[in-house]
Amino acid sequence: MLGRTLREVSAALKQGQITPTELCQKCLSLIKKTKFLNAYITVSEEVALKQAEESEKRYKKGRSLGDLDGIPIAVKDNFSTSGIETTCASNMLKGYVPPYNATVVQKLLDQGAVLMGKTNLDEFAMGALGSDTGGSTRNPAAHCGVVGFKPSYGLVSRHGLIPLVNSMDVPGILTRCVDDAAIVLGMLAGHDPKDSTTIQDPVKPFTLPTLTDVSKLCIGIPKEYLAPELSGEVRSFWSKAANLFESEGAKVIEVSLPHTSYSIVCYHVLCTSEVASNMARFDGLEYVLGDKEEEPLRTVSQNVNIGQKCHRCDINVSTEAMYAATRREGFNDVVRGRILAGNFFLLKENYENYFIKAQKVRRLIANDFVKVFNSGVDVLLTPTTLRGAAPYLEFIKEDNRTRSAEDDIFTQAVNMAGLPAVSVPVALSNLGLPIGLQFIGRAFCDQQLLKIAKWFEKQVQFPVIQLQELMDDGSSISEIEKLASVSLKH
Amino acid sequence: MAAPMLRWWCLGRRWVLACIDGGSRHGRGAAIGFTSSRKRGQTSVAQQPLITSQKSRKGEHEWAAVVGLEIHAQISSNSKLFSGSRVHFAAPPNSLVSFFDASLPGTLPVLNRRCVEAAVMTGLALNCRINKKSLFDRKHYFYADLPAGYQITQQRLPIAVNGSLAYSVCVGKKPSRVITKTVRIKQIQLEQDSGKSLHDELRSQTLIDLNRAGVGLLEVVLEPDMSCGEEAATAVRELQLILQALGTSRANMAEGQLRVDANVSVHHPGEPLGVRTEVKNLNSAKFLAKAIDSEIERQIHELENGREILNETRSFDYKLGCTMPMRDKEGKQDYRFMPEPNLPPLLLYDTESLPPGADPQQVINIDWIRERLPELPSETRERLIQQYGILPEHSFALLNEVGLLEFFQNVIKETRAEPKKVTSWVLNIFLGFLKQQNLAVNESPVTPSALAELLNLLDRKAISSTAAKQVFEELWRSEGKTPSQIVSEKQLELMQDQEALERACHTVMEGHPQVVMDVKRGNPRAINKLIGLVRKATLSRADPTAIKEILERKLSP
Repeated sequence: MLGRTLREVSAALKQGQITPTELCQKCLSLIKKTKFLNAYITVSEEVALKQAEESEKRYKKGRSLGDLDGIPIAVKDNFSTSGIETTCASNMLKGYVPPYNATVVQKLLDQGAVLMGKTNLDEFAMGALGSDTGGSTRNPAAHCGVVGFKPSYGLVSRHGLIPLVNSMDVPGILTRCVDDAAIVLGMLAGHDPKDSTTIQDPVKPFTLPTLTDVSKLCIGIPKEYLAPELSGEVRSFWSKAANLFESEGAKVIEVSLPHTSYSIVCYHVLCTSEVASNMARFDGLEYVLGDKEEEPLRTVSQNVNIGQKCHRCDINVSTEAMYAATRREGFNDVVRGRILAGNFFLLKENYENYFIKAQKVRRLIANDFVKVFNSGVDVLLTPTTLRGAAPYLEFIKEDNRTRSAEDDIFTQAVNMAGLPAVSVPVALSNLGLPIGLQFIGRAFCDQQLLKIAKWFEKQVQFPVIQLQELMDDGSSISEIEKLASVSLKH
Repeated sequence: MAAPMLRWWCLGRRWVLACIDGGSRHGRGAAIGFTSSRKRGQTSVAQQPLITSQKSRKGEHEWAAVVGLEIHAQISSNSKLFSGSRVHFAAPPNSLVSFFDASLPGTLPVLNRRCVEAAVMTGLALNCRINKKSLFDRKHYFYADLPAGYQITQQRLPIAVNGSLAYSVCVGKKPSRVITKTVRIKQIQLEQDSGKSLHDELRSQTLIDLNRAGVGLLEVVLEPDMSCGEEAATAVRELQLILQALGTSRANMAEGQLRVDANVSVHHPGEPLGVRTEVKNLNSAKFLAKAIDSEIERQIHELENGREILNETRSFDYKLGCTMPMRDKEGKQDYRFMPEPNLPPLLLYDTESLPPGADPQQVINIDWIRERLPELPSETRERLIQQYGILPEHSFALLNEVGLLEFFQNVIKETRAEPKKVTSWVLNIFLGFLKQQNLAVNESPVTPSALAELLNLLDRKAISSTAAKQVFEELWRSEGKTPSQIVSEKQLELMQDQEALERACHTVMEGHPQVVMDVKRGNPRAINKLIGLVRKATLSRADPTAIKEILERKLSP
């Protein structure tokens, strides 16, 4: 059941083949068995069981809320969840319990979804691991063999998503298949009065039509994406995919996005600047880092209620010194590095040379896409990542900056331009690791993009993950664990 | 009792000073504070002021002062600039704080339409060009009452630019002359207010109240076109009246709804401008002019003693009556401005550019706002002058007190007395009583109707003006009685019996042959003495004009 698509599970719930509580318990048990993977920062077991119970009552009364009712979901730990700790994997926010739900979380809960917990991320999502600022939904999706969808900027509310780069962040959707992504998008998309950057036009839930004829489509292959670092395997899957479209009658043409290579360095300037600004609020006044003996953390909302904010200032220490100490303790090296770089770029003497220039480059990158789409291209087909997932020991060899520069090479530019993009799993590599390919669509043509991705998904028939075996056979879990530890050592 | 007030209001220069004190109802005491700057002020309002040093030969070392202002006016709105929290003065600490105001991560700004409309209204009233596209920026600095670590403002492209503010100063003694001056307005920008820090020195802790955090502000930047404290104070007063007329800000300085920073420098005429200092937080109308003038004096004194002026921030110490350097916050600040990524550009339309079928709730039409602008203070004054034939300085005085104009107009409506008479009574006697007792117009025990009735009695010569003042005093003391009641109770009616009056005149002339002789010898003052004697004899109930007529007739050869 756990390996199935949202639709299949939803049908099973409706037919009573499984109850929401049973499903929830299966999920919780899988989470426990895979705890060594550190996938979750917080597992909200109690809340999940309660939500499942309520869902079950609705099914019994025949009053299901829809396709998502009783479906287990997980939310990345940078989405605010009312009453559930939200940390962004940062010491700075350890113990912070938001008093409100992010709009997207609220929408999912309103549909009856069951929240299993909060998933892990790099501190403040500053790494390649659902939000997507530079590829953080599509890259992990490609490595994990699932669908990772980044909607158009402005289609889905960011309210409650703790920001990394406001002008590029979008809530991302990770599902087993394209249809499921479309269902979730239908639930989440649309104007949010709490987010002024969302589109005004109303968006209605929709069912993705099945495409049978691709002969009228024009698929663009951006030549700049043929990077020298691209692995042979990925490259071959990419060209196979292009051939597939061509053989089914689609027009496949080479296109050029000439400013692609500037994307990463441009991103670096814009991202660090926004990070420096966004992190300014973490000054220790609102979110006091608790010493071990002291009570843990007090949030502003609590303090506001008592009419004052805590001022953690030792005697004879200035407020500035307190800020410095708090921020040194609360942020890791990557975050601190970005804050320093961003503040440097925003200095009066540097603003013109860095920030303004980067904004101009961003416009050029966005215009590249506009030109290509105006020339008649419907979607672009590119790799999602350079290669399959790297083993842990190799992964930790590189520093964060090099890693994210490499990881985001195919995904970054899309965020600059605010376009929708989806990574679809294609096949397993020689090592048995999943490989994904990316489709990039026109702004706000998310449905068209998903329609094409769905057609492609159907052609490639990516193997379904066999979670059931894990669940049924206790021994295989320990084997997996062994396997994992072996790979960690090798 | 009313006499000193009368002098105060008519003394040419002084009413401008009174303007400055306007809303604060401190009466004469406030004006006294300005006397030290009066001498220079008198020259400075007429032309570019040249301040001559005492030590040097005349004309050799003249100084000119340049004053620019940055004014923060809190927008009068139900909710804050970017959140739904209520705006209310003196609410319990931290009771008006939304998640956004407290900068909880993940919260986003949502622009308040009312604040945009207030900015457009103010821009139009100040003759600004309204930018159809304006942008929001983040201005970064760390401070305990700034929870986000940045303020959202409009640094690059503000909502309104290139305006002007006309204000009038009065020069010369009687008859005074009103001179209109203009200060250019560089820009008006929308921005967030910060919270408030309360320092508890005893326990060495800082308490934060975020009620004010995120309230909408209009920052109005006035170009350095002013040359002394008085001009600055008068310009600020005019701006205050405009904001109040528009309803865009309550602009009450005592409640911090209007806060002024002044940039001040001095130079020799014909030479480049001097180094400027910024005098911060001039939160009281009372000290605005004084702070600027004392800073000008200080700069001249420093330069004449061979010292330099530092580009620094200073604050006004009202106890010492001079400016003091403020402790510098970590040296030079770089605010690291950055576009606010969570707010799209603010687009405004006029009737021409309005997209067809646009939802009126979603767009702001500048022309629509322009058509609905209320009467501005300058227009009101002009109307008063045209409609009632009153003096320009009286039109200023009428607008200067909250509610006074309305009171005046209500009296006018109900009386047959000449508008000039009404003006004189309202500005001299009525306002004099208010000032003496530190009352606001709406706290007056005398209603417009009562004053109108009193003026009617005076107008039809039922009472003398001396008696009228007596009635007024009585009205003030004993609420509820009508002027007619008081007149009849106190027997204050004028003698209407011509024969009795003739007899009284005759008796007085007989009793004072020496005075009669003086009149006949051509002493013009002597007749006044006779008039006075007749009035005394009639217990002040006779009309002096009538007495004079009879006496002149009887004394004529």
